[in-house]
Amino acid sequence: MSEKGTSVVIVGGGVTGLSAAWWLARSGVEVTVVEKGIVGFEASGRNGGGCTHYQSPLFHEEQRLWPEMDELLGYPTEYQRGRIIFQVDPRKERFHEGLSLRLPKGYDWEVLIPDDVRALVPLAGDNVVSGVRFHFGGHANPQRTAQAYAWAAQDLGVKILQHTAVRGITAAGGRVTGIETAGGTIGCDALVVAAGPQTGKLMAMLGIDLPMAPARAEMIVTEPLPMMPFTGVDGNGLYGRQTLRGNLAYGGGPHEWFDDVGLEDAPPKPSGSVTRSLARRVAELLPKAAHARVIRSWAGVVENTPDGRPVIERLSAPDNVTVATMSSVGFGLSPASGHAIRDLVIDGACSFADLSKLSLKRFDGLRGDWRVHLNWLPPEPVGAVAAGA
Amino acid sequence: MSQVTLPPPDRASIAGKFLPPQEHVPLIVVGAGTAGCAAAIEAAKAGVSVMLVDENPVSAGLVGMNVPLYFGGRATNAVQTPERLVERVLEANPALAEAFELGVDVRLSTSVWGAWVKGPGLNHLGAGLAGLADEEKSWMVGFDRLIVAAGARDLNFTFAGSDQPGVMGAQGFHTLLAGYDAFAGRRLAIVGSGDLALQTAETALAAGLDVAALVEVRDAPQGPANRVAALAEKGVAIVTGHVPLEARGNAEGVAGLVVVDRGDADRRQEIACDTVVMAVGAVPVIELLDVLGARREMAPGRGGHVPMSDEGGATSLEAVFVAGDCARLGQDAAASGRRAARAALASLGKASSVPAAARDASGPAETNGQPEGDGLAYQLDWARAMLATGGEEVLACICEDVTRGDLLGVKPPRYLGWRSNAIARRDLVTLAGDGPVNQDQIKRLTRACMGPCQARRCREQVALMMAIGAGEPAESVPLAGYRAPVRPLPLSVLADWQESAEMDEGWNVWFGIATQWIGYEDIGTTREAEQLAAGMPY
Ligand SMILES: Cc1cc2nc3c(=O)[nH]c(=O)nc-3n(C[C@H](O)[C@H](O)[C@H](O)COP(=O)(O)OP(=O)(O)OC[C@H]3O[C@@H](n4cnc5c(N)ncnc54)[C@H](O)[C@@H]3O)c2cc1C
Repeated sequence: MSEKGTSVVIVGGGVTGLSAAWWLARSGVEVTVVEKGIVGFEASGRNGGGCTHYQSPLFHEEQRLWPEMDELLGYPTEYQRGRIIFQVDPRKERFHEGLSLRLPKGYDWEVLIPDDVRALVPLAGDNVVSGVRFHFGGHANPQRTAQAYAWAAQDLGVKILQHTAVRGITAAGGRVTGIETAGGTIGCDALVVAAGPQTGKLMAMLGIDLPMAPARAEMIVTEPLPMMPFTGVDGNGLYGRQTLRGNLAYGGGPHEWFDDVGLEDAPPKPSGSVTRSLARRVAELLPKAAHARVIRSWAGVVENTPDGRPVIERLSAPDNVTVATMSSVGFGLSPASGHAIRDLVIDGACSFADLSKLSLKRFDGLRGDWRVHLNWLPPEPVGAVAAGA
Repeated sequence: MSQVTLPPPDRASIAGKFLPPQEHVPLIVVGAGTAGCAAAIEAAKAGVSVMLVDENPVSAGLVGMNVPLYFGGRATNAVQTPERLVERVLEANPALAEAFELGVDVRLSTSVWGAWVKGPGLNHLGAGLAGLADEEKSWMVGFDRLIVAAGARDLNFTFAGSDQPGVMGAQGFHTLLAGYDAFAGRRLAIVGSGDLALQTAETALAAGLDVAALVEVRDAPQGPANRVAALAEKGVAIVTGHVPLEARGNAEGVAGLVVVDRGDADRRQEIACDTVVMAVGAVPVIELLDVLGARREMAPGRGGHVPMSDEGGATSLEAVFVAGDCARLGQDAAASGRRAARAALASLGKASSVPAAARDASGPAETNGQPEGDGLAYQLDWARAMLATGGEEVLACICEDVTRGDLLGVKPPRYLGWRSNAIARRDLVTLAGDGPVNQDQIKRLTRACMGPCQARRCREQVALMMAIGAGEPAESVPLAGYRAPVRPLPLSVLADWQESAEMDEGWNVWFGIATQWIGYEDIGTTREAEQLAAGMPY
């Protein structure tokens, strides 16, 4: 590419953009990642670390790649295989029936009786009603993984520009020619937009409507506890894991919709309105950990498209742009989403999965008031109780 | 027409789920030290109902965890009997009695572990919201105005053996001795020689304890010569140009402190003592202000990272004011408390009944606790000398077992047992090549500052070590963000056992977007409709 540019510019140093950079660099492509803050500092470093997404067309690739990622990247991700989900609410005793409708063939799983759950999850209590165990899926450490992608990509020559926000996109002759930052323009042959909640705004610069709405989700984490034989444990309305250090990190429950997020906004803070309800549910799920002290919480902003499904697509016009929003479920899929983006950028089509149903086209003619229709709106303030005399 | 299948309207968002708190007060004051008591009294005199919250006396469990101060495992059994400690705390602080008399709602042994005001992402908040907790439960209190007078905590530097009982901070020492009458040591070595160290030594001697030595990294004592001389006369050794190298110990903890010449690692001496008090400096307690999102700045002359505030203690947040050491180390705490109360009342449209005394004009007092010497430069002198003499094997973060070397090398935590050439090539210098070093990033990569003491023993020294390792100015290392709960609370205590029915009914593991979880193969088939009709899988 030209002296002032690079072959591919990727906007967004989250796991999607970083994985794409690493995959492209593995194919010898010259890549620059432009990130408004620090790599993995948004949703990519603030999530539950779950890697079990059987609804996705990228699922098989997700499952194939995770066990190899540490070795492929050369840096640790803390990936752990397997998942247990168990319930403590008697109304959910038969939840595995609903699940069985959805699990793809060829992946091993079984129903667990309460004693089995307690053997694998010693912090569980007498209140277990039923569980399932997946011999696939798993979890990893999001922060370590995001940095692992970044370092592995750098090792292959990728340039990562941190603290550099993309403010504009330049185009000529029906093609994107570069991006604009406070520090000047960076030319490119192809552009990948993987900017999380800001992806819609960036696409709008190209005159393309990518409907999405941002919302905040939160997690809490306890002090370290003795390691359980099995660490990937969900249930009782929670997702999470015991970290390899021993902490319990759990999320779930109400999100708060934002009107909008700015192109250069700082990451969000936890709200305090879900923290205590999360603590309650962790104490119910793992009663033998009820004494464990919560030492932190955090929040991340994630974007959702109107049907909650990703958009991963190489556009037809301008045809040198590939866009990827994972619609709030993108950490676990990142080894595969990066591979898909690499294929789209280099070959124009994904080599290992059909992605046609994830095209932007499905939103053509979407009602203009879709956020109101879906009730995806920031809450009204709750009235304050009158001050006491 | 659009071909997209839309999910049903969202019932899983926070809207309508979070109950307004049952209790609401016009003014909450956090911290019943000098500044907080003065603020509460001033407001009460103006006829405003005030809730004054203080975590003291803290439980034995927290004393053991070094929260909120660095108590260092040198407490007597007295910390096991909270009733006695309450009496003692009241005796030690006469202003509390006055506050009680004026009708202030004083809550002792109660911590404020979080506070929030309406803003982006917190649109559902009507008024300000504070999270409170005692040993048994947590609850929320609404407020119109909040005055944070959370004081200061200890600046700490670790050295070999400093993770054993007997190494503590000056604030922790002072609280155990004067606040709780529960200090278990006999003979002290004090690290530092500025105002804080001198005051620590004077207090200890007055209480009948032995003070073996003051240890100072620079060539001359930092505090007033007459006070230093007075201590020397009482037999306190003044050891300058030295830093702690190692605490020697036995089954009961510290038995001696080995100090080393900062320029000559072979010149050492051992000071017999059962307690080492770190009195190099203090750190403004800004946790709640950071959780609130008040704007802050790095101001070494005010103690480091402090909230941006005006004369009256107004912060960038309309409802939040600051007073005392957490706003500016060493200012006249009582006067700043009164100013903050008046400013908070004025912002509510209420005038103080008492005219402002001339003595309440702002500015640093000539009293205790000012930042020592030239602020961060002084702290860096300690950090550099201790790194040079103690080496890289010393723990920088005790809770998480992270050595200085791990930190400088940006090494993954030891429990991963990770070794690779790729990681060996990475360190703080390479990281700095990608952009200014950031303590939150280092935290995530090395786990330094991630432990149960919530980084109270390591936050500042890790930032200093990062500056040294990356060759960047210490002032430029961004603060690692504070997150609620700013006190470590058991799950069962933090839990909301009385949440709304709407919270329970509308709770979903993720966003509750039914279309999101339909298998890709099924999209657009009859199976999609079946699954949507069946609802979420769990
Ligand atoms: C609490 C929580 C729990 C979650 N749990 C899970 C889970 O268990 N499993 C799972 O798979 N997913 C989970 N997710 C979702 C997952 O984190 C995200 O889907 C995923 O991280 C998205 O990655 P990304 O790279 O696409 O976007 P992001 O992580 O949002 O990254 C986008 C990047 O683009 C940058 N950027 C934005 N605008 C610009 C600009 N103008 N210029 C330059 N850079 C810009 C941002 O700074 C950001 O770093 C969770 C999310 C949250 C918040």
